Order: sequence, then structure tokens, then C-alpha cells
Amino acid sequence: MVSNQVTKGLELDPPYDSPGYRSTQLRFPKRPLLVLPEGPTELHGPVFGDLAVGPGDADLTRQHAGEPLGERIVLSGRLLDDRGRPIANQLVEVWQANAAGRYAHAGDQHPAPLDANFTGAGRCISDPDGGYRFVTVKPGAYPWRNHTNAWRPAHIHFSVFGRAFTERLVTQMYFPGDPLLELDPIFRSVSERARGRMVSEFELATTVEEWALGYRFDVVVGGHLATPMIG
Amino acid sequence: MGEADPTPSQTVGPFFDIGLRWLHTPELVGPCVPGAIRIAGQVFDGVGDPIPDAVIEIFQADPDGRFPPDTETGWRGFGRCLSDPDGGFRFVTVKPGSVAAGSAPHVDVSVFARGLLQRLVTRCYFGDEERANAADRVLRTLGDGVAATMVAPAEDGTYRFDIHVQGEKETAFFAW
Repeated sequence: MVSNQVTKGLELDPPYDSPGYRSTQLRFPKRPLLVLPEGPTELHGPVFGDLAVGPGDADLTRQHAGEPLGERIVLSGRLLDDRGRPIANQLVEVWQANAAGRYAHAGDQHPAPLDANFTGAGRCISDPDGGYRFVTVKPGAYPWRNHTNAWRPAHIHFSVFGRAFTERLVTQMYFPGDPLLELDPIFRSVSERARGRMVSEFELATTVEEWALGYRFDVVVGGHLATPMIG
Repeated sequence: MGEADPTPSQTVGPFFDIGLRWLHTPELVGPCVPGAIRIAGQVFDGVGDPIPDAVIEIFQADPDGRFPPDTETGWRGFGRCLSDPDGGFRFVTVKPGSVAAGSAPHVDVSVFARGLLQRLVTRCYFGDEERANAADRVLRTLGDGVAATMVAPAEDGTYRFDIHVQGEKETAFFAW
């Protein structure tokens, strides 16, 4: 047993060794993890506010000649630290399958149609209030070979940067009410009390009348900087 | 659960290329810049097979030991490399300066992959910094064998930093 569940941050994170998710088997570290030294490298992080990210990069429905098929959604939320403070001017990256549950990736052999009008990648820089907003289509569920008749619930991958190296986070955002959630070993790798933090909320205020449904998802990084560390 | 409970980590999955390739930035400096060094290696799984679907990210100080936003224009200290079919990665960078007393030059390293529900975090130290490494407050608390997994030997300007996520040669990883 790797001693990785002793501090605040990792209690909320899934264990590396998660037998239900088969790919972890040869990829989880077996040695005890070392306490991360508190040093300047860990307490700083890259700054991306000057990256050439345009408004078009946040609208996944306008990256090709036509519009992608599927249920158009507006996905917005805030990038926050563990005290609820906004993280402004940082990079948020997303990627996802199309509405049929197929990724625009050569490795995805699921026999669902590709959509010539959908790549499924977006990015933006958080605003002064930590806010971000993407326009996309709701991704489909898709099968994977983890176990018999295994299906991933619909999800959007998120990659975010906080203010410090320790706050780097890659996660997945799910949709409320999805019956596949309780069957998914990746979702269920997270403790029951923390799973809800990965599920977006349907939000009427975010919908655009006659045009798109709205979902809200706040991403909270960190907790780690406040944790006492041993050098 | 309060509003500020951190969002749990999930795996980057197998199809991250779609979303992360655009910022594939293995060259923090041009290869011909004076002082340019290379950090190269492969990522291996528990049976020694290369991991072809990994993302390696580094973060480090500049040669003066400074970090963004206090660095010269353009120095982000960040690099991202998507591993090749042999699990290989290669960064071109400069050796970071000293960031604190008792701290040998080091680069922080994150590894993301399918099968990793959280990133793995380690440090890359430099094999030709024997004296600084011996005094480093992290390395000196570890057994020689464990410390050695984080020290990249130098060969002709390239520092070889293989990452074994599991197994006999398992790299030392950090948590907090």
C-alpha cells in the first residue's frame, strides 16, 4: 500500500493503485511516495496569460467550415484556489469526444461516426474573476475495453494551471444524472464524498435561449500550499 | 463539502493529443543558445515496456534562479513533451540556477498517462553537480539508491533521465 492518502490534497484524489481501472496495474508506483519538499520551484508556476489564445479557441463549434452535430452547450465556471479565490489569467485546456462518442484521434477505433466539423479541443485564459467559458457540443458516451460491456460516461477532459507547480491539475468533468457514473471505475476511483466535485451542474442561467443548454463547473486547485511540508 | 474543496484528479486518458499537442513545447530555449542543455529519457512501465502515451511536463528556474513572473521576458520555465512511440522525450533547456541555500539545481517533472489517475511528480537533478547534490536537503535524506533515480547522468551535453513508474528501477516520486 502506497502511503499516499495522508494529507488533505490526496485524500480527495484517487489512489494510483486502483484495481478496477486496469491500466493502473503496471503504472502505479509501489514504493512509498516521498514528502514533496517545500521549495521555490514548487511554490512558483508557469504563467500563461500572454499566450496567443483567441476567442475562437474557446468555441469548439466554430473551428471548421460547418457546425458540428450534437446538442450545443455552453460550459462555464471559475478557476479557484482552495480558499475560493479566483485564479486569473491562467490557462484552461479542454478536449472531448464528439456527440457520437468518438474522438478525432487515430487511436480511437470505436465504430461511431467522426464529425468533420468537430475536433474537440479548446482552450482559454481565465478572466480577472477566474472565469472561463466554452461553447461546444455534449460529448457522447463510448465503450472501452476495461471490462465486459464497459462504457465511459460522457465527460470533458480539463487541464488547468494554478499559481504554483503543486496546483497543476488534470481532471475530467462529468454530466449530472448520468447512469453510467456509478458503473465507471475511473469516476469511482475517487472517494464517494469527493466524486460530486467532478460533476457539472445544469444551470438555467447559463443557457442561451433558443440556442444552447448551460452547464457550470468550477475547478478548484490546490489545498497543497497550505499543507505543512517536511524538507 | 465546502465550495473550496479541491477538484479531484483524473487520468489524462489515451486521447490527450487532441487537447495538449498544441502546447508541445520541448524547447525552452533554442538548441544553439549558449548554455543550452538537453534532458532526454524514456518512460517505462512496471514490466519495463516503454509508455508511448505519456505527457511529460517540466518546470524550473532560469539560470539566475528566478521564476515567472520575475524573469526576463519570455522565460516561462515550462516545457511539455508528448512521448514518442518508444516512450521517449527530450527537452532543450538551460541549467537552472540555485533557488535556495542547500538546494542543488533541479527541474520539477510531472508525468501524465493513461493509467495514472494522478500525475506523478519527481525532480531531475544533474549528474555533474556532485557537490551540490551531496548537500541537497532532499537528496541527502534519501538512501543512495533512491536518490540516484532522480539524478540524470551527463553524456555530451545531454542529461539522461529515464522514468520508471513502477518496478525494480522505480523512480522516486513525491506527494504532499
